Amino acid sequence: MSTLSSQVSTILDVEKIRQDFPVLKQTIHDKPLVYLDSAATAQKPFAVIDAIRRFHEVDCANIHRGVHELSQRSTAAYEETRTKAKRFLNSRSKNELIFVRGTTEGINLVASSWGRKNIKEGDEIIISAMEHHSNIVPWQMLCEEKDAKLRVIPMNDRGELILEEYEKLLNPRTRLVAFAHVSNALGTINPARQMIEMAHKAGVLTLVDGAQAAPHMKIDVQALDADFYTISGHKIFGPTGIGILYGKTKLLNAMPPYQGGGDMIRTVTFEKTTYNDLPYKFEAGTPNIAGGIGLGAAFDYMHAIGIDKIAAYEHELLLYGTAALEQIPGLRLIGTAREKAAVLSFVMEGIHPHDIGTVLDRQGIAVRTGHHCAQPVMDWFHVPATTRASLAFYNTAAEIDALAAGLQKVKEVFS
Amino acid sequence: MVHDLYQETILDHSKRPRNCHPMDDANRKAEGYNPLCGDKLKLFLKVENDVVQDVSFVGSGCAISTASASLMTESLKGKSREEAMKLLDKFHELLTTDTPVSNDLGKLVVFCGVRDYPARVKCATLAWHTLKSALNGTATEPATTE
Repeated sequence: MSTLSSQVSTILDVEKIRQDFPVLKQTIHDKPLVYLDSAATAQKPFAVIDAIRRFHEVDCANIHRGVHELSQRSTAAYEETRTKAKRFLNSRSKNELIFVRGTTEGINLVASSWGRKNIKEGDEIIISAMEHHSNIVPWQMLCEEKDAKLRVIPMNDRGELILEEYEKLLNPRTRLVAFAHVSNALGTINPARQMIEMAHKAGVLTLVDGAQAAPHMKIDVQALDADFYTISGHKIFGPTGIGILYGKTKLLNAMPPYQGGGDMIRTVTFEKTTYNDLPYKFEAGTPNIAGGIGLGAAFDYMHAIGIDKIAAYEHELLLYGTAALEQIPGLRLIGTAREKAAVLSFVMEGIHPHDIGTVLDRQGIAVRTGHHCAQPVMDWFHVPATTRASLAFYNTAAEIDALAAGLQKVKEVFS
Repeated sequence: MVHDLYQETILDHSKRPRNCHPMDDANRKAEGYNPLCGDKLKLFLKVENDVVQDVSFVGSGCAISTASASLMTESLKGKSREEAMKLLDKFHELLTTDTPVSNDLGKLVVFCGVRDYPARVKCATLAWHTLKSALNGTATEPATTE
C-alpha cells in the first residue's frame, strides 16, 4: 500500500496545505489529531480565519446602509463574496445568488416561498431515499400543509438511486424533484445532470442539495440546468452560519419574500410595502457579514488549490481508504456506489458505532458516529447507525493507515 | 486509557446481557430512545406490593447502554419503588459528578469511568430513564435521553 500512498501525495502538496489549517497541528489524548469528519464540518484555513478577524478588527460596520468609509468597505467585501460565488457555481448573474444561513435554510426558503405559492392539494414532490433530514422535513411540512404527496426515489444495495423507478414517479401531478448531489451518509454522487433533464422533460422543477458536493467537485449550475442549488459555507472550509441559494432569476422574481424586515424592502408605509430587487428581496435583516466575508476567502482558497486537483486527490484517497477498510474482517462498507465522493461509512460486526467512535477518539481520530441526520438511509440498510470517516484534501494516506490501525485496536478491545 | 471506560464487567455484560428477553406477564412496561445515536430499549417490570419482583429488557445499543441495562436489571430485583429511585439518583451522581463513589451502588460502580466521557453519559442512563418512566406508569411516549 506504500506505493499507493506515494502516488496520492503527488497530486497535491498536502504537507504544505496542512500548514494552512492551524487546528490540525494538535494532539488529542497525546496522539496527533486525525480529523476524518469533514462532511460534518470542514476545518478552516488561515485565509478564512484572517479574513474574519480583519473584518472585525479593521472594517466592521453594517452593510448596505451607511455612507461612511467602514460601511462602504464592509459592503464591498460582503458583496465581493457574491461575485466569487458566481464563479464558484458558474451562475449567469450574481443577482440569482441569495445569502442564507446554510443549505438547510436554502431548502426551507424554497419550500416556504416557492412551495407555499405553487404547491396545491394533490400535487406531488419527489425526494430520494438518501436525503439528509433537511431535504425531507421541509417538504414533509409543506405536503402536510397543502395536502400534497411526498414520493421517494428508491435506491439499490450499493446506495445508488434507481433511475427507472424515478422515471415512473414523474407524472403530471409532480411539481418538484429535490435531491442531494452527493449523499452525506453514503458518499454516492447522484447523476444530477441526467436527473434534472428527466424532470425537465416532464415539466418539473428541481432543487439540488449541494452541501456535500461543493467540497469535492466542480459545480456548474448552468451545465446542470438546476432550477435551485444550495450550498453551506462551513462544508467548504468557510465559517458556519453562511451559505448560498442559487435560483433561476425567473423563478426567484416570481416568488414572494421569505422573511420580512430591513434590506428586503424598497419603500415601507403602514398601508403598503414594496419589495427590493433580487437578491435583496430574500435577505431580510442584518446578515452574517463576517461569515459572508469568510466564505469569500474560502472560495478563493479552494480556487487557488484548484477544484479539479482536489477532486483527483480525494478520489485517490478514497480508493486507498476503501482498500484499507475492506481488508478488515467483519467490517462492512455502507454505500459502495460506483460514483462516490470521499466518504467511508461502515459498520463492524458486533461492535456499536458509538463504541468505535470512543475508542478511535482516544487515539486522536475524529469520526462521526450515528445516523448522520439520515435515519431513512439507516433503516434501508437495516443498521441503527454507522461510523463515518469523511475525507478532505488535507487528509493523507498516513491518516487512513492510522484509522485502519485504530480499528484493529477497536477489535482488540471488543474481541 | 480506554479500558477505564470499558471495564471487564461492562464488556462481559455487553456481550452477554443478563435478563435480556421480553416478559409476557409484566405489569409495567416502557420504551426508551436516544435520538442522538438511535439506541432503543424496551423495559419489562413485574411490580407487586410496590416491590420489583422481576425485570427484563430488549433493545439495541452500544456496549455502554447494553451493559447498563443488563446491570440495572440485576440490581433492581427485590427493591421497592423508592429504593429503585434512590439508586437511580446515586447512579446519575456517579456519572455526572466528581463526588466519591458511593458504596451503595454495588456492581454499578464499574460505570465510574463514564464521568470522563461526557458524550457517553446518555448511553449509560438510557435504561434508567426508561425505568423511571415505567415506574411512574405515565409513559405514553418513549422515554428519551434528550
